Formats: sequence, C-alpha cells, structure tokens
Amino acid sequence: MPFEATIDAFARALGDPARPAPPQTWGREGRPDARRFAVYRNNVAVGLIGAIEARYPVARRLVGEEFFRAMARAFIAEEKPRSPVLIHYGDNFPDFVAGFEPARGIAYLADVARLENAWVEAYHAAEAPALALAALAEIDPEDFGALRFSPHPAARLLRFAHPAASIWAAHQGEGEPHPPEDWRAEEALVARPEADVRVRILPPGGFEFAEALLAGAALAEAAEKSAGDGFDPGAHVVGLVEAGAFQSLR
Amino acid sequence: MSASPASPARVAAPLPNRGGVGLKPDHVEQILAERPDLGFFEIHAENYMGDGGPAHRRLEAIRARYPLSLHGVGLSIGSPRPLDKRHLERLAALARRYEPGMFSEHLAWSSHDQGFLNDLLPLPYTEETLATVSDHIDQTQEALGRRMLLENPSTYLLFEESTISETDFLAEIARRTGCGLLLDVNNVIVSATNHGFDAIAYLDAYPLRHVEEIHLAGYAETQDDAGRPLLIDAHDSPVRDGVWALYAETIRRLGPTPTLIEWDNDAPAWPVLLAEARRAERTMARILAACEEKALRHAV
Repeated sequence: MPFEATIDAFARALGDPARPAPPQTWGREGRPDARRFAVYRNNVAVGLIGAIEARYPVARRLVGEEFFRAMARAFIAEEKPRSPVLIHYGDNFPDFVAGFEPARGIAYLADVARLENAWVEAYHAAEAPALALAALAEIDPEDFGALRFSPHPAARLLRFAHPAASIWAAHQGEGEPHPPEDWRAEEALVARPEADVRVRILPPGGFEFAEALLAGAALAEAAEKSAGDGFDPGAHVVGLVEAGAFQSLR
Repeated sequence: MSASPASPARVAAPLPNRGGVGLKPDHVEQILAERPDLGFFEIHAENYMGDGGPAHRRLEAIRARYPLSLHGVGLSIGSPRPLDKRHLERLAALARRYEPGMFSEHLAWSSHDQGFLNDLLPLPYTEETLATVSDHIDQTQEALGRRMLLENPSTYLLFEESTISETDFLAEIARRTGCGLLLDVNNVIVSATNHGFDAIAYLDAYPLRHVEEIHLAGYAETQDDAGRPLLIDAHDSPVRDGVWALYAETIRRLGPTPTLIEWDNDAPAWPVLLAEARRAERTMARILAACEEKALRHAV
C-alpha cells in the first residue's frame, strides 16, 4: 500500500521539525524541497496557534503577544486536535498554562484562561430558554425550601485562587485595565441565558450554594451548605435566576 | 427567544450564478442591517458544529435571507484511512438544518494517526488513490443524501509516485462518483506557478462541464530551495490580477457560475469584501454581454 506509506511518512515529517521533507515528495528539481515542505508545517502551526490566540484573548493581553505565542507554540507541540471541530480545541490549555514554567510568576494567568475557556464553552452550548424570575413569583413561599432546578446547558461554575473574574472584566473593551482593588480569591458563574455570555462574580458562600442547586439539591438543602455570615438564600437564588443559571424548575 | 422555529421561512436554496463571500461573524450585523444584494454566503462547516449559541443564531438569520454554500475543511477525503463517521453525521445534520444549496470539500487529507492536522494536505494521484477517494466521495454523498462538489487543491510539492495528472484525476472521480467540481481559480494559479505548468493548459485539460462553483482568493509569495517563486494559498488579501484574468477566461468557457471570494485571514471591512464579489459579478456580466454581442453579429 504505497498510499498509506506515503501519507504516514508525510504525517511523521509534519509533526517533527527535525525530520527532512519526505523522500516521496518533489519540488521542481525532482527531489525533496525543505522550503516547500515547510509551508505545510507552517500552515499547521499558524492555524493552531491562531485558534489558541482567539480562544484566550485576555490571557494573551496579560502576557503580551510574543510570550503568548511562545506558550501557544509549546502547547500545540504537545496537544494536537483530536477532532476537525476546532471550536473545542484548546479546552485543556489552562492546565497547560498552570504547569508552564516560564509563566510561574503570573499566578493568576491559568485562572483567567479557565474563565476564558468556560466563556467559549458557554458561547457554543445548546440553546435553551432560561428560567424566568416570574416563575418564582407564582410559587407559594411555603414551598420555596423544596424547590429544585434544572441547570441551563450553558451554565459553568468556577472557583479561582485569584480575582480572575475581576481581572478578566477589566480587560474587556479598549480602556487601560486597572488591577482589582480587592485582591481576593473569586468564584464566578458563566452563563448564556440569551444570545450573550455573562460572567457573574459570586458573593461569599455563593459557590457552594450554586453548586448544590445546579447538582439538583433542594433550595433548603443548598442554603444549609452556605449557612452563616448572614447569607441570604432568597436574594442569591434570585441572583442566580437572573444570571441564567437555570433552565427550569424540576 | 431561543431555538428557531422548525421550518423557518427562507429564500430558496440553489446558489445563483452570482458573486458570494465567506461569512465572517464580524460582518453579520452590518449585513443584516443593510441587506446587500449578493448571490450567496459560504461557511466552513466545522465552525458551526457547536450545539447552539450566537454562531447558529447569526447563521439562521443569514440563511433566511440568502442562499448558503456549505464548505467542509475537515473531512479528509484524500486520506488512505476510512472517513470519520461521526464527522459525516455532523455534516449531514448541518445540511439538514440549514438546507444549503451546495456542499463542497477538498481533494486533500487533514487527519491521520496523530489526530487532526489542520491543513489541506496533498496526495499522490495513482489508481490506488483514485479508488480510495472515489469510495470516500460515494460514502459522503450517501451520508448527506446529495451530490457534492470536489475542489482542486493548491499544492507546494508533488509526489514521485503520481501517475495521473490532476485534471485527469478529477475528471475520473467525477465520472465514477457523479460528483460535481468546485474550480478554485486561485489554486490553479498557485499550483501552476509552484510546479511550472501553464494555467491555460490546465484549464484546457480540466473537465469544466462538471464545475458548479468557482473560488477566488488572494495568495502570498515566497521562494523554494532553488530560489524559484513559491505561491501560498493564504486567503489573506485581495484577488490578484492574474487570477482575475484566468477567472475571466474560465467564465468565457463556462458561462456565469456561482463565484465565491475567499478572504478568511485578516478579513477586511465588509465593504471591501463586498466590492470583491461585485467585481466578480461585473466580470460575469461583461463576458456575457460580449458573448451575446458576438452571437448577435453571427445571427446578422
């Protein structure tokens, strides 16, 4: 099967810059041509780096184009797309960033990348109507504690060691970003109740509360997880509904 | 508010013999506001394989108003390996959902053991590869329940083992599978320059009767090891004069044909892209008028 052997050789050379152009390929001189073969290598690299750049624009801004490009180049050398659907490619880039030695000094970078990945996932998530606040108004307050919710397909909960959501928000738009005034660990809900993806920073205790509700716990059970410090489950469930965390009541 | 109705009101599917452009997310708002008179839009199928969200909302809105060409870049038809059945299913689902006037893919491969290689890679032209590619096209047409078009590649190198010319290869595939062809005129210029053949001779040998769509694009320039010019199919700039000239010659032989401007990288502002499509339409109109005048003179 010369076809199979030729394509194998081509693919091996494509993936390893140290290899010469495959002997089966010819330029105009009737022999392998390194610069011609390099066009294919370059196309692959430019396309994949471009996909990572497009997915992580704030991380790119934080470290600068040159640093980001080097980091993306290191990533694509390790992680090839498993599918031709590139809208999913690079979803594991935040883990790579967390272990990328030269980025060690920018501790919040991986957290910001995790938020950006969740944003893209929410952007492409399935369509579903989000639960409207009006639906809660129809419920007898006596029954609130027993309420259970179905999660919206776009909803993603994130817990950071840094104020990643504030840093991310400061880098939206054109203006000069300022560091967060309150440098604290943040938790966020990413959702897309309508066409637009929204990022909501959760109040203290809000993560455990939202996590329990999204997992199907009753409102009273979820409120217990966040008890103390004057946590108001009523106000916070309204906040989550407004943010688009849920699809419906169960 | 969320999912579109099951059968949204849409314009008819077939691509008219007019200009079209690749759909860019950044242009959609302006397109929907201005509703430019344009033949069709083309999308890369793989960009719309997410479950939902703004990409699909935009595409629904565009499809309601314009015919759509569905162009795949990831099926890897030219691979020795079996086609990815899940990918075929995704393509078929997109075709059912958006009812494109056309589906096209490339004479190239892009997936191998390492995964998806994210480029349109070349293959040798032999009896063996002819049989494999024909099988893959049969399988694709069956999965989609429609005829497809196969696009000629731009290539930077050739294979020692090739025994069939690219034009004969394409003609034989069309004969065996019944598929149509997408003639990328820029790819002809790029390959002709890179391999030192005459673009007009390629056109002479090309089975034009199977062509149902044309692609035009801009290329980039570099050099090979021997210092010869090497053109790269970059889709990042205006269509070059030499490509326009070969396009005019193609239209002279073929008649008006749906013609797409591909400008995917460093995409320009909407009016610039639209102007390129308009230029293709003017070229078609000019040649049609010249032919009619000639026919009239003959009649007299």
